[in-house]
Amino acid sequence: MQRLAPPPHSEDAVLEVKKTTCYMCACRCGIRVHLRDGQVRYIDGNPDHPLNQGVICAKGSSGIMKQYSPARLTRPLRRKAGAERGEGAFEPISWEEAFSVLAERLARIRATDPKKFALFTGRDQMQALTGLFARQFGTPNYAAHGGFCSVNMAAGLIYTIGGSFWEFGGPDLDRAKLFVMIGTAEDHHSNPLKIALSKFKRQGGRFVSINPVRTGYSAIADEWVPIRPGTDGAFLLAVIHEIIDKGLYDREFLVQYSNAGELVNVDEANDEFGMFVRTEVPEEEACYDPQDKLWWDRNTNRPVVTHTPGADPFLLGDFRLHDGTPVKPAFQLLQERVKDYTPEWASQITGIPADTIRRLAHEMGVVARDQRIELPVAWTDAWGREHDTVTGNPVAFHAMRGLAAHSNGFQTIRALGILMSILGTIDRPGGFRHKVPFPRPIPPCARPPNDPRAVRPNTPLDGMPLGWPADPDDLFVDGEGKPVRIDKGFSWEYPLSVHGLMHNAITNAWRGDPYRIDTLLIFMANMAWNSTMNAVEVRKMLNDKDEDGEYRIPFIVVADAFHSEMTAFADLILPDTTYLERHDVMSILDRPISEFDGPVDSVRVPVVPPTGECKPFQDVLIELGSRLKLPAFTTKDGQRKFRDYPDFIVNFETEPGSGIGFLAGWRGKGGEKSMRGEPNPSQWEMYQKHDCVFHYELPKSYQYMRNWNRGYLEWSQRNRITRYAEPIPIHIYSEVLMRFRQAARGKGFSRKPPEHLRKRVETYFDPLPFYYDPLEAELTDRQKYPLAAITQRPMAMYHSWDSQNAWLRQIHAHNYLFVNSHTARVAGIGDGDWIWVESQWGRVRCMARHSEAVEPGTVWTWNAIGKARGAWNLAEDANESRRGFLLNHLISEELHTRDGATVSNSDPVTGQAAWYDVRVRIVKADPGEPEETSPQFPALKPYPGMEVRKGILAYLGRKLGGGGR
Amino acid sequence: MTQLALVIDLNVCVGCHACVTSCKEWNTSGSAGPMTDLNPYGKDPTGTFFNRVQTFEVGEFPNTETVHFPKSCLHCEDPPCVPVCPTGASYKRKEDGIVLVDYDKCIGCKYCSWACPYGVREFDEDQKVMKKCTLCVDRIYDARLPEADRKPACVKACPPGARLFGDIHDPDSVVSRAIREEGGYPLMPEWGTHPSNHYLPRRKTRIRIHEDELVRADNPLRVDRQQPGPSKAEPTMDDFSW
Amino acid sequence: MHPAFSVIFLTTLIGAGQGLFLALFTAQTYAAFDLLPAQTGPGFYGPGSLLALAFLAAGLLASFFHLGRPERAWRAATQWRTSWLSREVIVLPAFMGTVFLYGLAHWLDWRPVLLVLPSGLPVDPTAVLGVAGTVLAFLLFVCTGMVYACLRFLREWHTPLTVINFVLLGGASGFTLAAGLAAVAAPALVPFFAGWAAIITFLGLVGRGASLWRNRRLRPGSTVQSAIGVKHPRIVQRSQGFMGGSFNTREFFHGRTGAWLKGVKWGFLLAAFVVPTLLLGAGTAGGVGGALFVFIVQYAGLIAERWYFFAEANHPQNLYYRSMA
Ligand SMILES: Nc1nc2c(c(=O)[nH]1)N[C@H]1C(S)=C(S)[C@@H](COP(=O)(O)OP(=O)(O)OC[C@H]3O[C@@H](n4cnc5c(=O)[nH]c(N)nc54)[C@H](O)[C@@H]3O)O[C@H]1N2
Ligand SMILES: Nc1nc2c(c(=O)[nH]1)N[C@H]1C(S)=C(S)[C@@H](COP(=O)(O)OP(=O)(O)OC[C@H]3O[C@@H](n4cnc5c(=O)[nH]c(N)nc54)[C@H](O)[C@@H]3O)O[C@H]1N2
Ligand code: SF4
Ligand code: SF4
Ligand code: SF4
Ligand code: SF4
Ligand code: SF4
Ligand SMILES: [Mo]
Repeated sequence: MQRLAPPPHSEDAVLEVKKTTCYMCACRCGIRVHLRDGQVRYIDGNPDHPLNQGVICAKGSSGIMKQYSPARLTRPLRRKAGAERGEGAFEPISWEEAFSVLAERLARIRATDPKKFALFTGRDQMQALTGLFARQFGTPNYAAHGGFCSVNMAAGLIYTIGGSFWEFGGPDLDRAKLFVMIGTAEDHHSNPLKIALSKFKRQGGRFVSINPVRTGYSAIADEWVPIRPGTDGAFLLAVIHEIIDKGLYDREFLVQYSNAGELVNVDEANDEFGMFVRTEVPEEEACYDPQDKLWWDRNTNRPVVTHTPGADPFLLGDFRLHDGTPVKPAFQLLQERVKDYTPEWASQITGIPADTIRRLAHEMGVVARDQRIELPVAWTDAWGREHDTVTGNPVAFHAMRGLAAHSNGFQTIRALGILMSILGTIDRPGGFRHKVPFPRPIPPCARPPNDPRAVRPNTPLDGMPLGWPADPDDLFVDGEGKPVRIDKGFSWEYPLSVHGLMHNAITNAWRGDPYRIDTLLIFMANMAWNSTMNAVEVRKMLNDKDEDGEYRIPFIVVADAFHSEMTAFADLILPDTTYLERHDVMSILDRPISEFDGPVDSVRVPVVPPTGECKPFQDVLIELGSRLKLPAFTTKDGQRKFRDYPDFIVNFETEPGSGIGFLAGWRGKGGEKSMRGEPNPSQWEMYQKHDCVFHYELPKSYQYMRNWNRGYLEWSQRNRITRYAEPIPIHIYSEVLMRFRQAARGKGFSRKPPEHLRKRVETYFDPLPFYYDPLEAELTDRQKYPLAAITQRPMAMYHSWDSQNAWLRQIHAHNYLFVNSHTARVAGIGDGDWIWVESQWGRVRCMARHSEAVEPGTVWTWNAIGKARGAWNLAEDANESRRGFLLNHLISEELHTRDGATVSNSDPVTGQAAWYDVRVRIVKADPGEPEETSPQFPALKPYPGMEVRKGILAYLGRKLGGGGR
Repeated sequence: MTQLALVIDLNVCVGCHACVTSCKEWNTSGSAGPMTDLNPYGKDPTGTFFNRVQTFEVGEFPNTETVHFPKSCLHCEDPPCVPVCPTGASYKRKEDGIVLVDYDKCIGCKYCSWACPYGVREFDEDQKVMKKCTLCVDRIYDARLPEADRKPACVKACPPGARLFGDIHDPDSVVSRAIREEGGYPLMPEWGTHPSNHYLPRRKTRIRIHEDELVRADNPLRVDRQQPGPSKAEPTMDDFSW
Repeated sequence: MHPAFSVIFLTTLIGAGQGLFLALFTAQTYAAFDLLPAQTGPGFYGPGSLLALAFLAAGLLASFFHLGRPERAWRAATQWRTSWLSREVIVLPAFMGTVFLYGLAHWLDWRPVLLVLPSGLPVDPTAVLGVAGTVLAFLLFVCTGMVYACLRFLREWHTPLTVINFVLLGGASGFTLAAGLAAVAAPALVPFFAGWAAIITFLGLVGRGASLWRNRRLRPGSTVQSAIGVKHPRIVQRSQGFMGGSFNTREFFHGRTGAWLKGVKWGFLLAAFVVPTLLLGAGTAGGVGGALFVFIVQYAGLIAERWYFFAEANHPQNLYYRSMA
């Protein structure tokens, strides 16, 4: 028994434990990295971290294999002269050479037309810095993954309740009694949600999952409600119908905290049709909802200004103002809207029995009303009324991309927001809870530029590259209404594309619509593979040349840590460090890891030195910013301002003396201040000493009802989180949307959409949620393509980036298309058979797996398991490329409408990529066909500087052993 | 006498595989290591794992349960893998009931794996010895670790806390209580191996809505004069009876 | 189970060796009772024992290929109290030693009378060694058989038929081999060996047939329901938790189709039993070539039989490894 007794390590080994933050996914748990003689040997969860409380997931536990992966890039590389893009023929160059090539090129672009430089970043967590860089450079062509990820979720809820799921808020499962999870497989909030789910279940809470597929979280649901993809809007509207019909809504909450009682002008002839009636014109153009609208008071039976003491508005009915204007409370309009959305109607669309819809609506309504929570927490509302307690209705929801990734997602998510609101569950115990910096005004204050003149040579962009349009005048279009951004963000096609449309960047740039660009910098996104739709064609576009032999996208720079499919198309590769090798911040200016009880931000500190010549991309940006003399990175006399990224983090302030920086913790000279304060030279050390997290716990009385909590709103204003301390009423009825519709109808003073988009804007900018079939479904012959195809994230893989991980790839080495057993049998497809999956856009050969856990009209697969041959330094016969496949080949980034126009395959409101709208059919492959997935791509070879992959891995208790056997 | 064991709560296991890789990670550089991987970057990668998470589908659509099912050595009280071992490399510790393999004695005959009905022993194709879950014996007694960390790696990792660890012979331990109160059961009881590890079944929470909860006194529609009900104009018995 | 050729060769080779030894000593015993012509001198039993030893040694050698760590093989002798494998490991060399001494005694014709039984039968060292060898041969059969038969959950093996068949099949191949040997060295004994070989082969057919018949009727002792503890008539595995295979998918699955299995079954029934019985019955073993042919056919049949023996065994662990996704 000598081997198994402690101690496991040799006596002279140097053991260290360093705390930092995980980045095997975007959840950002706290970890402890155990090192032996400087080598990473064990990574476990940090028990003192507020997010994961010591637990860790499958990916997080496999960090070692990422750190020592043979797919790592270790040297800056330049495409070999004469080699084609995509071939993967590179030569190593020095960083100095890389910087000078890049700085020279970028300086030229900046001096002429800054928008010819586009910077798109994928699943990163440093949008505060990349966004700053883009703005300082002067290009509007910047976006992160949000547009192809879940912008519908962000926009749909933020434009409704001032906050959202995702990193912005979540379900309070500590106190909920009923939890309804919709379209979620494995969220950004991975470990915390798992912790909460199990606590919730063990407390006896009831968990309902609405999802076409039952895996992962849905597996442990008390009830699984299979739904046809893209139809949740119908389901939610029917639930709202039933809740209103049975009187199960929280009237009092709606009256006080939403615009449900506010009177809408319903005089179709009037220019103000569809707008709230106002008592006065607001004195300043500010980004908050002024309290100048009317109620129809029940007591006096006449209109009064909202929140007039003693008044109580009618929520239903129709009224006439003294000038004869017909008006209705917003809630009345909602009731009318959902009148025909009966459970029976929804049943036809969703495939959920009407009785089930009705029962679920009753469960939600009755639990919300009869199991009310009351906490002895006194607070003051925005109108100065004191409350002795905080109350809550314990029905919580959570939803993610199952709702978001459809072209009708925005309105579906609006419906969800409204359902949560009429149940009275917004920022109350047991319901939805915000996380700082949310709630924010509806919409938040940042605006994109609205004029092409915002882009000028050698000048920072006049405005934030991404922001929140409040009306048509906020759109980023030129005089003719044409887009200014390469991705057509904030154009009339996708007016509220608050996260951009990264998924169209390459196609648009290739086509030169709206214009051509010069340099495309891609950071941490695999856009030649899984974050692109139509990957086969996009790969061709990346490689396509003009008649003159020049690439249509002249220069592509890829900053990545691994041998991804995208790197093959680069002209210049910048090797990034891993998360264990660099400083990072989960900034309060970006998407911090806040908790319900207050803001939390965190950092990453290096625990091992960079491998090879890897350089943190943040340092690369600081270096480039300094060389380009971008104002934020340069002193007045033109000198470099920041040594490196850690120095930048400590000393950068949004404006000189603002006291606002990337990190909220330990500010002030000695670290005595938080949220705001002068730079603190020892800020990093202080974070390090405190588990790399800063957690500010709000006083209890500020923790709830924050949209209308005076204490909180003032705290938030004092700490410069928000500009105003005004209440943030819930937008049951969205006047913001109505403004766009008005413009489309030729009304109002704002800009008007171009003719060909009038109808589109008018249709989709409905101030109340409505159901429509996803755009692609509408345009598809459903007889021919009867099935919906979707993907799910496996819990043990992060997008495309874990196939190089020796442990994780043993769990998912290739993927199958899951087909309902009955559907498969009818199609003559056996379990494990090779099949073709065909959409209007392409076909893929893969293997089928029968399943009872999928809705019969749906097929699905794990996302991004399939890989291009040879990529990620996998062997050419690796299962990922020979038996794995990517569903993206079946999905188009563009749709052709019936009138012949080409539009992005996206939500017409937000530009959210409609990944889950694709319709397919399945047929058995011929027996003679090769047993290999199709399409296949020419094999990628390893690049210079990459390690030779080992045939056997064995740690042997000391050192990563093994050799090329 | 102590019998340490894991109790796995299928009611909250989401099938995340955290226990799989955290086990691999701890043990690969712990004293039970290495946990050799073959073809780690090639075709059909394969390697030594002490713990696997499997998925079963129970029932037919739409009445489907998806059951995630983690499985490692069950540390049987009457382990059939031990007596068959010709070398004594496989043994069960008296003090805590952990079943272990002594790699220095094992001749790699694989016979013990044949004798285990649960398929939890893993032959290390590189070291050529039999390996299996050690219940992290090199963690749970390591006095250099903080008390809270003296738990199996998989238990510490498990995000929903679906893995409980303790002494099933101590009636007051968390595991005994869970087995007793939540209906914990062993696998394949038919072989009399008396597995120490137990599983807790799925439990369902239902809500029953009674009719009278839907016809409410506090119906807000009434406030807005929309309380559903017959109109005043309709005939009533009042019109007729006296 | 995945049939491992090391074990297939181990069991078939030592089985033939044991059988051959038993055949030799049976002949000697018959001769002692004058039921057969006595074979004096080193010409028959000596080479016969050597041949048996060669088979045993080859089997032993094959077994080493089964071990991950053959250099530690000696450790396998330590657990005789509980492990049939350990017992086998002890008995096999003991038996080999006995066979060696038995052969040596014959070779040297060292047959001093040690005592005379009341019946008047003289007992010499070859007789003592022969009896000891016989006991050990049977013990070895029991050990080998019990290595498999003791595994309760391998229900195809967990039956006395396993031990009986190891005895019968070893005996059959041994007697066939003896007939061949006799064709070279002692033609007079051919009918005796061939006759017994035919009889044992036929009994083997009965025994193996019985086990096939039994196994076909076996209901698995475990079900997926008991494997995961969920009571529902319809449970299917969707994912075994990994994709590239593992020890559990390599060691316990034969990976062949049902048709292949069927082919092997009929193949071994013909080659190991039917053909040899007919050929032996028809006197084919009379000539050296013929005898050799019969042995080769039968031995090939036994390899197939042993392959099938493994493939047929359905380990309950397989319930856990049925689907990847
Ligand atoms: N069919 C289908 N497609 C989808 C989705 C879907 O559901 N279905 N989901 C979409 C969604 S929501 C998203 S967010 C996208 C994600 O898509 P991407 O953002 O493209 O994410 P990854 O595939 O992980 O690729 C990120 C790149 O980051 C690299 N990387 C990893 N770590 C580091 C690092 O530390 N530094 C640097 N510089 N690079 C690193 C990886 O090597 C990889 O090349 O996929 C989208 N694509
Ligand atoms: N392990 C792991 N975790 C991750 C990631 C990862 O790659 N791996 N990626 C991270 C990223 S970038 C993101 S954006 C999040 C996304 O987190 P999720 O939103 O959970 O991601 P998806 O896997 O896209 O899950 C979509 C779910 O919606 C279901 N669905 C699809 N269409 C519909 C529909 O129309 N209606 C309903 N009700 N359901 C539907 C699918 O079956 C699936 O279960 O996960 C993050 N977390
Ligand atoms: S959930 Fe994400 S951040 Fe947390 S441990 Fe897992 S991989 Fe790391
Ligand atoms: S589960 Fe298998 S290996 Fe573990 S003690 Fe029981 S029989 Fe032995
Ligand atoms: S493989 Fe090792 S532990 Fe198993 S029976 Fe053989 S010697 Fe014993
Ligand atoms: S107890 Fe330890 S060895 Fe056993 S499965 Fe858990 S982590 Fe692995
Ligand atoms: S870590 Fe926990 S939840 Fe995840 S698979 Fe293992 S037992 Fe289940
Ligand atoms: Mo995403």
